[in-house]
Amino acid sequence: MVAIGTVGLGGPGALGGGALIGEIDEAGAPRPPAGRRWQRPPAWRLVILVIAFLFYAFPFAAAVKYSLVQSDGSFGFNNYSQIVSDGAVRDSLYTSLEISAIAAVAVVLLMLPTVVLVRLRLPRLTLLLEGVTILPLVVPPIVLASGLAHLQGSAPEWLVKLWFNHPLTGLTPTYVVLAMPFSYRAIDTGVRAIDLRTLVDASRSLGASWFMTLTRVILPNVETAVLGAIFLTVALCMGEVVLSSIMLYNNVLPVEMIQVGASSPGVSVAISILALVFVFVLLFSLSFLARRRRGSTSVRVI
Amino acid sequence: MTSEPAAPRRRGLARTSVGGAWVGMVPFTVYVLIFMGLPLYEVVHGAVTSDTNQLTWQNFSTIFSSSSYWIPLENSLILSAWTSALGAIFGTWLAAAVVASPAGSLLRRVVASASGVLAYFGGVALAFMLIAAYGRAPGGVLTTWLKHIGIDLYNQGFSISSLLGVGVAYVFFQVPLMVILITPALEGLRPQWQEAAENLGASKLDYMRHVAVPVMAPAFIGALLVLFGNAFAAYATALALVGVTIPLIPAAINAAINGNVLVNQDRIAFALGVEMILIVSIVMFFYWMVQRRARRWLQ
Repeated sequence: MVAIGTVGLGGPGALGGGALIGEIDEAGAPRPPAGRRWQRPPAWRLVILVIAFLFYAFPFAAAVKYSLVQSDGSFGFNNYSQIVSDGAVRDSLYTSLEISAIAAVAVVLLMLPTVVLVRLRLPRLTLLLEGVTILPLVVPPIVLASGLAHLQGSAPEWLVKLWFNHPLTGLTPTYVVLAMPFSYRAIDTGVRAIDLRTLVDASRSLGASWFMTLTRVILPNVETAVLGAIFLTVALCMGEVVLSSIMLYNNVLPVEMIQVGASSPGVSVAISILALVFVFVLLFSLSFLARRRRGSTSVRVI
Repeated sequence: MTSEPAAPRRRGLARTSVGGAWVGMVPFTVYVLIFMGLPLYEVVHGAVTSDTNQLTWQNFSTIFSSSSYWIPLENSLILSAWTSALGAIFGTWLAAAVVASPAGSLLRRVVASASGVLAYFGGVALAFMLIAAYGRAPGGVLTTWLKHIGIDLYNQGFSISSLLGVGVAYVFFQVPLMVILITPALEGLRPQWQEAAENLGASKLDYMRHVAVPVMAPAFIGALLVLFGNAFAAYATALALVGVTIPLIPAAINAAINGNVLVNQDRIAFALGVEMILIVSIVMFFYWMVQRRARRWLQ
């Protein structure tokens, strides 16, 4: 109790002060609960929060203003309505959404069974799997793109037709690879947190097939982790520009944004704002979906 | 349903040989080999061979002897160094301020989500936001505004499409990435340790110097290394802000692939690619070493 008193008097100046006070309240210390409200956040916290807010809010507000200035100089929503009325922009938006949807499904189909299998039956592959899934962070996207662009130019015709002729087939598979560092870690964290062996044993001994076990038993239990993997994959697919521009797929959203930006930057800024808000809402809602107290709210890269 | 061989399946869990489990790894393995292994093979193979398919170091000696490839490398390293340093310092500071508020509070949720957006998605959208804010005067809203109050950024040598401007843009996603990476370590910093230290008569400074900083150091250095690798590999923001003319390694690769004026340009791109992979590998190796130490305190 002496310790609590000392720290309480010392104020929350040091790291973890707030968390500590929270703990004391929970422990029912003889401190009036209202006391917490009286403690002004220390200056170092306020300073950085204000700096960070201004650092991001100013450019964002500036971008909003920029997007509302129409080509004739008046204010209005012309730049926003052009996103739908401009055929090329709209088509690229649809293509990117299609890529996102297919990639998200592919990520779950590919990663969930693999992670479950390794956790359950082949634990000695864990380190290898970690190493392989981290590779897309070691190999910069531009390098992967240069290899793919060369394949695109040198592959036999049937392969080009099968693989590279359309952004859906040309980009989606590689986006799944690029998403692996996040998707593997998200799903692995989720699978680690449940009692996988018991669940599988129970399900299998009741006669469920592996497919049933995966979709009806494991998937609902790792829902949040899988959603995290899906959201990050969607964010990646909607924003990826290096591969698509090197491989000359001009009809996906980020590349189209750069092209439109050359003639009417207002439209590109408008799309950027919507895209940033869209991904923010995705991740923000995920933070409420996360049931577990810690760890599942933010998906860690490494 | 009835025709299915239910009985052997039911016993499957206990009985299936390890061989059966290995078969389950086939889809993932094949997928990774085709969609990552194949392009990677193209790059590495192309980098060490000549047009007549003979083993050669010619491509590497070209990129190491020509200043047109040295300068982008130098720029990339310098840019990564200062953007990661700034990102690490401000990111840790911000994360510490945010972690001090209780888990699940609105502040933490907002910062975590915004960090995710900027660190993982940023890229082109971030670039256009910054063009709108800091573009040349008649366009850039903040540039125009600052000009009105007497600060002409572009007269002072600043440009959003210069190396400095691109670096500033990188800081916009380096800080949030640091917040994401360092938050778990800050959460692992037990309040009890401070309590214990102060009980033993330590001042706040003593606690920082002998407990908090040593405990945080490995995590901080590890995250700093990730930030460095992240900036070094990044290209999306620079591509949207400037294009191929920015003197950075990724742009040099881009120029070498798409500017098919000279022969062997593809191989130059591959050699530069291998150079990038090696540098990031070294960074990640140090990260891995530091991370082993950092984990000790995060359990």
